Amino acid sequence: MSFEQILFYLFSGVLVLSAGAVITVRNPVHAAMFLVLCFVTTSALWLLLEAEFLAITLVLVYVGAVMVLFLFVVMMLDINLARMREGFARYLPIGGIVAATAVGIMGLAVGRINFGLDVWPAPPARAADYSNTRELGEQLYTTYVYPFEIASVVLLVAIVAAIALTLRTRPGTRYQKIEEQVVVKKSDRLRVVQLESEGRK
Amino acid sequence: MNFEIPNFMLAMPEIFVLGMACFILILDLFLSERSRVVTYLLTQATLVGAFLLSLGLYSSARELTFSDSFVLDPMASVLKLAVYAAVFMVLLYSRRYLRERGMFRGEFFVLGLFGVLGMMVMISAHSLLTIYMGLELLSLSMYAMVAMQRDSRVAAEAAMKYFILGAMASAMLLYGMSMIYGVTGSLELGEVSAAVAGQGSQLILIFGLVFLMVGVAFKLGAVPFHMWVPDVYHGASTAVTLYISTAPKLAAFAMLMRLLVDGLGALQPQWHDILLLLAILSLGIGNVVAIAQTNIKRMLAYSGISHVGFLLLGVLSGSPEGYAAGMFYAIVYVLMGLGGFGMVILMSRAGFEADQLEDYKGLNERSPWFALMMMFLMFSMAGVPPFIGFWAKLSVLQAVVDANMVWLAAVAVLFSVIGAFYYLRLIKLMYFDGPLELSPFRPSPDVALLFSVNALAVLLIGLFPSSLMAICRQAMGL
Repeated sequence: MSFEQILFYLFSGVLVLSAGAVITVRNPVHAAMFLVLCFVTTSALWLLLEAEFLAITLVLVYVGAVMVLFLFVVMMLDINLARMREGFARYLPIGGIVAATAVGIMGLAVGRINFGLDVWPAPPARAADYSNTRELGEQLYTTYVYPFEIASVVLLVAIVAAIALTLRTRPGTRYQKIEEQVVVKKSDRLRVVQLESEGRK
Repeated sequence: MNFEIPNFMLAMPEIFVLGMACFILILDLFLSERSRVVTYLLTQATLVGAFLLSLGLYSSARELTFSDSFVLDPMASVLKLAVYAAVFMVLLYSRRYLRERGMFRGEFFVLGLFGVLGMMVMISAHSLLTIYMGLELLSLSMYAMVAMQRDSRVAAEAAMKYFILGAMASAMLLYGMSMIYGVTGSLELGEVSAAVAGQGSQLILIFGLVFLMVGVAFKLGAVPFHMWVPDVYHGASTAVTLYISTAPKLAAFAMLMRLLVDGLGALQPQWHDILLLLAILSLGIGNVVAIAQTNIKRMLAYSGISHVGFLLLGVLSGSPEGYAAGMFYAIVYVLMGLGGFGMVILMSRAGFEADQLEDYKGLNERSPWFALMMMFLMFSMAGVPPFIGFWAKLSVLQAVVDANMVWLAAVAVLFSVIGAFYYLRLIKLMYFDGPLELSPFRPSPDVALLFSVNALAVLLIGLFPSSLMAICRQAMGL
């Protein structure tokens, strides 16, 4: 077993275990932290595939931004764990059978017989000066420019949808009127009062 | 590296719709509540403009651009034209309905336009990636539209269900696509098709195909991936139901055709079996469960599931005649679905949804004309000649019989006879039962006119079905 293979099995093992922990631990904050671990190990797997840019993006975007927001939300929400676990035991047998069958069949299909190293040999390693980011950028803005543009539209729709669903204008809401704040003069706010000084008695 | 500048002209309708949607989005910010109608009129104008552009681009040739990830062929042109027409009618139907419920907001129209863009991308997709991006654009717009009625608990629940199940279906679809990409080494459907044909072992391809089918069946609403359909149709406001139950079916049909015929055509024996199962289950469960419904939106949802079963029958026969029949069925279903949910909008007024079957009792006494129009629609959905629904069913059955599956045609006929029960029950309620309220029925004139035109179209196209059928056959290269 080569060093890469050892690393691969190590990271994959941690990935599978932490993914399981995400859905089984009791504390939602712990679940979110296990999800962070999932992302980190996935990015390690991508590094093994020489996809450096994707690995770094995954850590930056998901671990750095998305999961922090996620943790904020989890801490702010009052989640009733007992209610969420209702029916777990009742659905476990049928769910377990379905899941085990699906995993078994999937394991047969994507296992060593069809995806082993003898069927799909590992690609040769790239030279040290090969720039993953540059290649990705070139492809993204030429061959894949059409899906790339659509992805930007999807993000725009996400913004529109999020604002449409959360923005509520209630009567009596107090707003900051920035233009009035800016044009305000000293004389509007400040009154200088002359007071007679009183002598010591 | 060599890079070819794409032929932007082919994608002109998409570019136009995107540009207008962004323009309307910004313009809407500066409009007062009273002049909101400008947003509506501009949205309709966008659809008309896109219609004219697509009509101008129609040609019998098949052209690829954007590094082969975009295709413009007759099928894409015809389906796009049908999408514009359907969404145009949806917005026309729902204008008054939205006003009465305080939902006449710019976001509704902007999201509607982005949804149209998503459908156009799906219809013209020629790579796995483009299909997925179009699907996400459409789905995201629809989730938001369902959730927009924020004060309604049912709508929020429907949106949540739709979102979670939709996300799962997308994940399945992506997994299937990744398997196919892994084996064929390409996302572009032409190369996928060539690689599939030359592949020795098909196990992984079939594995990917199964996951693809799960995603597609979910989006079409075929049994056993139909659980969201009645809940979402019921929970969403009728205007949104009208939108999500009609035009997206055309896009889903296009997705089915692109993936199965353009991409995995060599796996026809395999997907034939999957579609067979989906079709029989959809016909059976759709028609039988619809009988038990008391809510007309749920009833129409199950009826829609059974119609999807028929649509799949056309595709599974695996011949161009069958595909043309499936496309004909999809367009006819959209026309009938517009009428069906349009009927609910017609009957509703402020504070009254008219979504119970009881609300239709004795309609004949209150308004004989609209009772007659509704009867036309119900007969058409049940597949009674001379209405258009009959020809749609007939052409699909013909394709099935031509593929030497007479037993399947018999099963389909049997289930549509069962299904005729609940359509006829509505007619019975309208004509033979006494009305619950005696006030005269005064619908708004614009919706009334549109509904009458819609119902008469079902009759007239039914009397002369050959031109629409010819368009569909031409689109499939026949």
